[in-house]
Amino acid sequence: MNLTEKPWIWAWLGTVSIWLVIASISGLSAGTEVLTAAASFGTFFVLVAIGQMFVVTLGPGNVDLSIPACMTLASTVAMKVMNGSEAMLIPGFLIVVAIGLTIGAFNFALIILLRIPPIIATLSSSFLYLSTAIWYNRGLRVKPPEALAEFATGKIGVVPLLAIAVLILTVLMHFVLHRTYFGRSILAVGQNAKAAHLAGIPVERTRFLTYVMCAVLAAICGYFLAGFSGGAALNMGEEYLLMSIAVVVIGGTSVAGGFANLPGLWGAALFMFLLVTMLNTLGLSAGYRLILTGAIIVAVIAISGKKR
Amino acid sequence: MSRYLTANTMRTLLPALSLAAILAAIFYLQPRTMSYFGLNLLLNLAVPIALATIAQMFILCVNDLDLSLGAFVSLTACITATWLYDTPVLGVLALAGCVLAYAALGALIHLRNLPSIVVTLGMSFVWVGIAVLILPTPGGKAPEWIRALMTLKPALIPFPIIAVVVIAIVVHFGLMKSAAGVVLRGAGGNPLSVERAGWSLLKVKVTMYAISGFFGVLSGMALVGLTTSADANIAERYTLLSIAGAILGGSEFVGGRVSPIGAVIGAVTLLLTGSFLSFLRLNPDWQIGAQGAILILVLAMRMLINRSDKRS
Repeated sequence: MNLTEKPWIWAWLGTVSIWLVIASISGLSAGTEVLTAAASFGTFFVLVAIGQMFVVTLGPGNVDLSIPACMTLASTVAMKVMNGSEAMLIPGFLIVVAIGLTIGAFNFALIILLRIPPIIATLSSSFLYLSTAIWYNRGLRVKPPEALAEFATGKIGVVPLLAIAVLILTVLMHFVLHRTYFGRSILAVGQNAKAAHLAGIPVERTRFLTYVMCAVLAAICGYFLAGFSGGAALNMGEEYLLMSIAVVVIGGTSVAGGFANLPGLWGAALFMFLLVTMLNTLGLSAGYRLILTGAIIVAVIAISGKKR
Repeated sequence: MSRYLTANTMRTLLPALSLAAILAAIFYLQPRTMSYFGLNLLLNLAVPIALATIAQMFILCVNDLDLSLGAFVSLTACITATWLYDTPVLGVLALAGCVLAYAALGALIHLRNLPSIVVTLGMSFVWVGIAVLILPTPGGKAPEWIRALMTLKPALIPFPIIAVVVIAIVVHFGLMKSAAGVVLRGAGGNPLSVERAGWSLLKVKVTMYAISGFFGVLSGMALVGLTTSADANIAERYTLLSIAGAILGGSEFVGGRVSPIGAVIGAVTLLLTGSFLSFLRLNPDWQIGAQGAILILVLAMRMLINRSDKRS
């Protein structure tokens, strides 16, 4: 198969060209450092984008807008429960997973019981999650246990530990998407839900599992992000709303559903981070940086739009 | 169910009943609000929020969602408080440019078949970026005539009430009762049949986005008239408020089923929810959560109405 026909190729081409610009401005050693940073931050984008990608693949209208609120709530509760104690690392993680499961199930219950579009359901519920997080901790920042911070910021050589872990997860999810019954059900539902139903695929169960998986991944992302950035903060999920969706779309996953790919997520996540870094390197003021970030995202999406 | 109390009338009445309920609760908790002055204070911000909700409703009508509206209203507020005050001609041109930009977005989204959520999320960065360039620190001044208009004190009925009623009626007749409005809404309900009937879907989308941009501009201007100054994030909350308000007011998100009167009522209801919760002395932590809960509650009631509709 021709390489230019791969949906993920554009994200990677963009990443490489932006990195070349950065490296040519600030030199090779700075270029390597930037790449390490991109891997560190990109890891978190990929983690939420995997869940979002599976949701988007379910078909038009399917998108999870509660990801930022889910991250915030899960990490806030976990950090407060652990209270910096390393003995609580595992219970803290289990709490995070439990919160993810609950949120995913609640989101799906709203979608099914109220028969409302997922966008509206997850938007409404995200208000509840955010309020719960505010109420639970009054916006105080609790430090993560030492070991969690060390793991989240740890590196082997220049490669972040967490990036390796998420890379393994990506490979695993690639397998899940293309080789398992569950993954193929998601693709089938996204391509034609009615046909999938007639073919005997449990459509609602597939959707349920997908929303739950998305919320669990978001919760886990919040857990490690809190470890990475020295605690849970109320606005920690803010940029992840745009990022989770943009990374999925730029990565070459079809917005109309039914077609997904995982390599594109990494390409797009690195691209997004490097883009912001490049604009910083160019020494632009905040206003121009924001304008260019937005304009480039829209341009990339517009260019890749019709090809699908 | 009686012939007159059909599911459709129930659906239309639901937003009004929610508003009446919350208003009654506020009057009960704080009887002093039941006066000209009290209502004026209570509904102070109703006009810009109602205008933003109408703007969002036009986007919802063509099955899209605008996640940049808050940033856009902030931008138009910044332009109003700076250029429109200092050099009115430049200000008017800039605001017209904002409307054109929205029309262009509509064309882009239609021609490239793009998801509106992603495009508008990306554009929100652009709007905030321009706003930061125009007004790096909070400031600016409201043009006299806008200030004068927004602080009108008509006899008997407070200005915000008159203003939102006028907005609701104008949009209602424009979109729900006119021939052009039927085509515009039809494009959300069944794009294919509208196209087969010979209408250009591109024109419909561009028109709807342009109208939405126009109301966004009005919202920013009205906001500055009340606050007398602006900053780059002044209307950040309007994105979610406008979506919630439009949904609360009976917009269905798919199928071009919208209601301008409902949208205005929904916006006012959400605004009053804030005051209601503070009169209740409810922990302010739950403010956002309560808005979400109200949204879910109204959606649940609407689902029950729809279900009884199907059964009968």
